[in-house]
Amino acid sequence: MSPSDYTDQVPVYAPPPEGHVSHSRLERVLRAGRFAVTAELNPPDSADPSDVFDAAQPLGEVADAINATDASGANCHMSSIGISALLTRAGYSTVYQISCRDRNRIAIQGDVLGAAAMGVTNVLCLTGDGVGVGDQPGAKPVFDFDSLTLLRTIRTMRDQGMFLSGRKITRPPQMFLGAAENPCIHPQDWRPDRLAKKVEAGAEFIQTNYIYDIPLFEKFMARVRDMGLDKRVYILAGVGPLASAKAARWMRSNVPGIHVPDPLIDRMEKAEKPGAEGKKICIELIQQIREIKGVAGVHVMAYRREHQVSEIILESGVLEGRKSRRRAAGPE
Amino acid sequence: MYRARLFAIRHSRKFEWIYKRVEQVMVALDPVFAKIGYGRVERPIALVEQGIKTVLFDCKMCGQCVLSSTGMSCPMNCPKELRNGPCGGVREGGYCEVKPWMKCVWSLAWDGAARMKDGDKIREVLPPVDRSLKGSSSWLRVSREKAAKLREAREASRTAVAEAFPEARAIEPSSAPLAEEPASAVNREVLKK
Repeated sequence: MSPSDYTDQVPVYAPPPEGHVSHSRLERVLRAGRFAVTAELNPPDSADPSDVFDAAQPLGEVADAINATDASGANCHMSSIGISALLTRAGYSTVYQISCRDRNRIAIQGDVLGAAAMGVTNVLCLTGDGVGVGDQPGAKPVFDFDSLTLLRTIRTMRDQGMFLSGRKITRPPQMFLGAAENPCIHPQDWRPDRLAKKVEAGAEFIQTNYIYDIPLFEKFMARVRDMGLDKRVYILAGVGPLASAKAARWMRSNVPGIHVPDPLIDRMEKAEKPGAEGKKICIELIQQIREIKGVAGVHVMAYRREHQVSEIILESGVLEGRKSRRRAAGPE
Repeated sequence: MYRARLFAIRHSRKFEWIYKRVEQVMVALDPVFAKIGYGRVERPIALVEQGIKTVLFDCKMCGQCVLSSTGMSCPMNCPKELRNGPCGGVREGGYCEVKPWMKCVWSLAWDGAARMKDGDKIREVLPPVDRSLKGSSSWLRVSREKAAKLREAREASRTAVAEAFPEARAIEPSSAPLAEEPASAVNREVLKK
């Protein structure tokens, strides 16, 4: 095969649509004012591409974009860039996640160009969990960038067409820029200010960590609206089904940045079928979140419960009036 | 010196004031440093700076001090060396994700900034650390920067004069000079006024 035989598999470089920064479907959905759904993919510990497609299948039916995590919890899995490239070629829309824990500025800027060339249109800039919580705690933590300097760097690459060194990029990466926020975690009083800083750094969409505490999230969103941030950034609230009371307690004490209120754990404890109860709670949370002004969508993180994602989203009713079949799939 | 660091953050407003005075002194000393040579004063000043700042702030000598923009809480003490605020892993009660016995550097920073006069500086997005400056004196860098700014302003006005009198510059270049002036040729007494 000659190189030209592959060109129909990769996207052609072209300017983004009017009023957009990228060819991202997620960006189009959000800018059109529709309630967006994104879902997190559990990355395989395998080099077989079919494992990636199998994992994406239950998410693609309902999600506008699929997040490919970047060694989340500092555990090693298939890379985000690999998964994003595979899924993009299969017609899915993906969110390429970059954690600052594992790579320095040289590697990251190169990867951004590589990912964009392979058709990746969304990027989520993360600081990353410390190496100590992962499966290889002896690794060297890099943290050359933080999530904000990463955001600003990719924005500079995209809008100014140059690397952080000032060297010119002939064809800049066209990416819709995202960041994370964790509204229910200390210091709660300063979280909206931190969000403002992320917007200033370049964030165009936000995917939050798990929201299990609606009153706390409402308080956060009230501040966000007061600061006018909901008009400047699309906020997707993070949700996910709990598996059991035991799993919820384990998550709360072992995974950084997760807050599950006690009444919710009690409810899981008393449930006859914890799996079904977890799903029910998740649906209720989505419905409550949807009513909060300034929320642009939900981000479903159903670790090892991916099979429930489709039902959760469809039963929650957030997609009513929207075409729901294989929405993350199809040409960009 | 974890406890001294907490003390400095609790008294961030006082330390902000002291820091501003130190900065003024360093800027005023620019002609002296320039005369001795910045290269020659670098090591002794860096040593003094390291001694003082290690005791007070647990300074890591990144060479790009941003204390007055971070509530007097040194961000290089964050295990992730974050320069722009806390990560999403802060523990209950404001403790660090990576070092649970330590208060989150950034949680303290926001509290410290709230007590400061120019605490709003914490809202600015700071650039990534230039690792090549590790170990060098941040104080001298400030001194050089401010002095360069003064020179820049002077350059700008010289350029304006040269552009306003192009003919004079053509026949009598020294009446509207653009070439760099050696420090010894500049009358500093006049500049001060």
